[in-house]
Amino acid sequence: MMLFKLSLRNLKKSFQDYTIYFLTLVLGVAIFYVFNALDSQGVMQAVSASTREIIELMLAMLAGVSVFVSVILGFLIVYANNFLIRKRKKEFGVYMTLGMGRGSISRILLGETVIIGLISLAVGLVIGVFASQLMSILVARMFEVDMTSFTFVFSPGAAGKTVVYFGIMYVLVILLNAGAVSRYKLLDLLTAGRKNERVRMKNPVLSGILFVFSLGILAYCYASVLGIFGNVNQNQMMVLIGLGSVGTFLFFWSLSGLMLRVVQARKGFYLKELNLFVFRQMNSRINTMVCSMTVICLMLFLTIGVLSCGVSVNQSLNAELEELTPKDVCMTKSMESGEKQSREDADKGIETYLSGEGFGLSEVLREGYTEITSYTLPGLTWESTLGASKEQVMEQFPMLDWTQREELVPLSQYNRMAKLYGIPTYELSEDEYLLLCTFDSMKAIRDMALKAGASLSVGGKAYTPKYAECQEGYLSMSSSRTVLGIFVLPDSAFENGELVPYCNYLAGDYRGDSDEERMDLEERIETATKRTPIYVISKMALRESSVGVGAIITFIALYLGVIFLISSAAVLALKELSEASDNRDRYGILRELGADQGMIRRALFRQIGIFFLLPLSLAFVHSLFGVQFVNRMLVLLNGGSQMEAILFTAVFIAMIYGGYFLATYLGSRRIIEE
Amino acid sequence: MSVILSVNNMEKYYGSKGSVTKAVDNISFQVEAGEFVGIMGASGSGKTTLLNCISTIDRVTSGEIQVAGRDITKLRGNALNKFRREELGFVFQDFHLLDTLTVYENIALALSIRRISPGKIEKSVRDAARRLGIGDILNKYPYQISGGEKQRTASARAIIGQPKLILADEPTGALDSKASRMLLDCFTQMNRELGATILMVTHDAFTASYASRILFIKDGGIFSEIRKGEEDRKSFFNQIIDVVTLLGGDLDDAV
Repeated sequence: MMLFKLSLRNLKKSFQDYTIYFLTLVLGVAIFYVFNALDSQGVMQAVSASTREIIELMLAMLAGVSVFVSVILGFLIVYANNFLIRKRKKEFGVYMTLGMGRGSISRILLGETVIIGLISLAVGLVIGVFASQLMSILVARMFEVDMTSFTFVFSPGAAGKTVVYFGIMYVLVILLNAGAVSRYKLLDLLTAGRKNERVRMKNPVLSGILFVFSLGILAYCYASVLGIFGNVNQNQMMVLIGLGSVGTFLFFWSLSGLMLRVVQARKGFYLKELNLFVFRQMNSRINTMVCSMTVICLMLFLTIGVLSCGVSVNQSLNAELEELTPKDVCMTKSMESGEKQSREDADKGIETYLSGEGFGLSEVLREGYTEITSYTLPGLTWESTLGASKEQVMEQFPMLDWTQREELVPLSQYNRMAKLYGIPTYELSEDEYLLLCTFDSMKAIRDMALKAGASLSVGGKAYTPKYAECQEGYLSMSSSRTVLGIFVLPDSAFENGELVPYCNYLAGDYRGDSDEERMDLEERIETATKRTPIYVISKMALRESSVGVGAIITFIALYLGVIFLISSAAVLALKELSEASDNRDRYGILRELGADQGMIRRALFRQIGIFFLLPLSLAFVHSLFGVQFVNRMLVLLNGGSQMEAILFTAVFIAMIYGGYFLATYLGSRRIIEE
Repeated sequence: MSVILSVNNMEKYYGSKGSVTKAVDNISFQVEAGEFVGIMGASGSGKTTLLNCISTIDRVTSGEIQVAGRDITKLRGNALNKFRREELGFVFQDFHLLDTLTVYENIALALSIRRISPGKIEKSVRDAARRLGIGDILNKYPYQISGGEKQRTASARAIIGQPKLILADEPTGALDSKASRMLLDCFTQMNRELGATILMVTHDAFTASYASRILFIKDGGIFSEIRKGEEDRKSFFNQIIDVVTLLGGDLDDAV
């Protein structure tokens, strides 16, 4: 009991040291709860079945991400705890000289961890429960659900999960603490605070060379991700990430050796007020800070990348969807192999099929709906058109069925469809063809063939490409640009009996004015086409799933972003605060020498500011290039307006990271002015 | 000679109602410009409290302390900091050097805090360092130099701003006898050649014998005062021992 009291008193006494650690734990618990409690929120009851499926997928992904997040938080907790324990070596030394056993010290630590753990869990959960109510408003907005009936929801499942995950982390900390205490030697403990500070200067020449070298590495990485040395595949990307990390480390390492030299050379600046103290101070610790700065910089890079990509992917998804789904509904029907059909039948494929089932399309679709047919040519397979660049294609599309036939469509039919969709129509002379392809990486490969003037032989007649590159256009609506290749030929080419009808496409608008009516009609079509070879693609369904994908991306980005951000900011904050208490004597000397309070505060602000700003700035530069790369990877053609994504990320980081910075500065100030 | 420091009826109490300890009990004395004054007393006699009050590190309970005609007990905030950095120089028993700074930077800091232009700092630092015999260790760090060198660095830092008054708190307390003698020679030199006014607190009779006048403090008050006058240091030292003996056993470690 006495030991417990001692723990309690210790905590109270060092509460200021623990504040940031404690707040970070609370934040971690709250975030963990919020993202795991998404399923039980009121909104989820109000969404449609297809949306619910998406949300279930999202929850599964969030559950996976949660494991990863708990690993990160676990590292943070273990690190922070270790750090705080090390600060108290002397205190333990005193206990031991008074005859307290290691077991008792372990029990004191156990008591402290349990108290902190319980309080942070409780407070975090309470905050989490309230924050998740706010979250449900966000969810409602994303899934376009109106929250008419707001209910306060508590998720026991998520709370239980939070307690279990954090419980495991705390138990881990307790075990590690016990191990640490048993390793300490009394002498080391007592003299812990009195170690002579050695100031080590790095070789300036070596630092200079490494600095240039690190800039070179980073420049190479940047250039590579921008595609200056050609496209980057996944393996190369891993190499680049590794190189970038090494470059980052070398950058900080060499900068730490150079910074003081550079500043010292500028006497007017160096000898002004407390500048020499500030830079000496930083120099004395930057050696030990290089590793953590590197890790923090990379974490921040990840945060910025994840957040801004999440937001911009979401935006471009929506923009693209608007462009690719001009009509309410689109149906496709592939011919069964061996099915013999006359041309006329083929042209009426879907409509005739449905009327055969007793379903009149004209009842549900407005006048002007259009149906067309595409064809294949035996022998005209992917292998025959792409054979020349087989290796390259294999690399990008390893699952490709090489015997699959290319799809061909008569010009007049394509133009009819294009007119309906409101996309570009084309003209061809009798011996020309053109190729539609919107999927970027495929387009690049096909363009090469077109540029070479690859001719196409149909019915003994040769056709040459009208354009030296693939054109925009599609037959079926979809949520993204995924046309891999459709040949458009003059109608005359299709008079040849060799061509086999391949697929019917039908598109149109519903005969309905309100969303409810349209929804009804869509349901009727869905029932009618069930158990038929007809595949229905509707604007509404596409939109729902796109919103869903956007939401998944946004939530995961937010989740990871916040966790990365608070972890790195907390590590920095703890380091700085402990530094402040180590430096109390030094600031005391400055006061004895008559330094003004303002002068001292400025010096402190600068030190902490530089330590917070350095990794952030490099991370920012990293992400300028990194984000571009991700955008290209995801083939985001509409990623033009990224201002919003960048702005959102900037505000987000400024709030959290800036908050930690401010808390650290104020905390340090209080410590040195005590 | 003008009066630099004038302490009038100064009192300092510690503790709250019920249990009050009078650390300094109604002390008055004056120090003139160019004097080298020693204050002697046993542990607990109040000499360090007195010094802390004069150096504005601590506050008086009553009475006034004038430095160059200004009552410093009325100063607050940045005016106090300004006074401290422009009128006072400090030498402490445990040096109070910044271990992350070189000797040069430790001395220069005293000037850069006073917002002296960087161009002038360089020359002043080298000058002061040469006088105190530390010109060739300017680029070393405190952990690389001896205690005597550290204390001379602190002295250089104290004198470089040409303060009205240098306050030294047991400056030889952490030094061996050889280093002590070197430091005290430096003090004498600073006092004679640069006209520095020095107020030094010590309980060591040998250290005190370098001063030109000594105040003995017992139980918070002035017990006696002796002047060196035309005597040499040796006989002044004997005179100090006599007073210490008179003071009683509490200054046993003085010799």
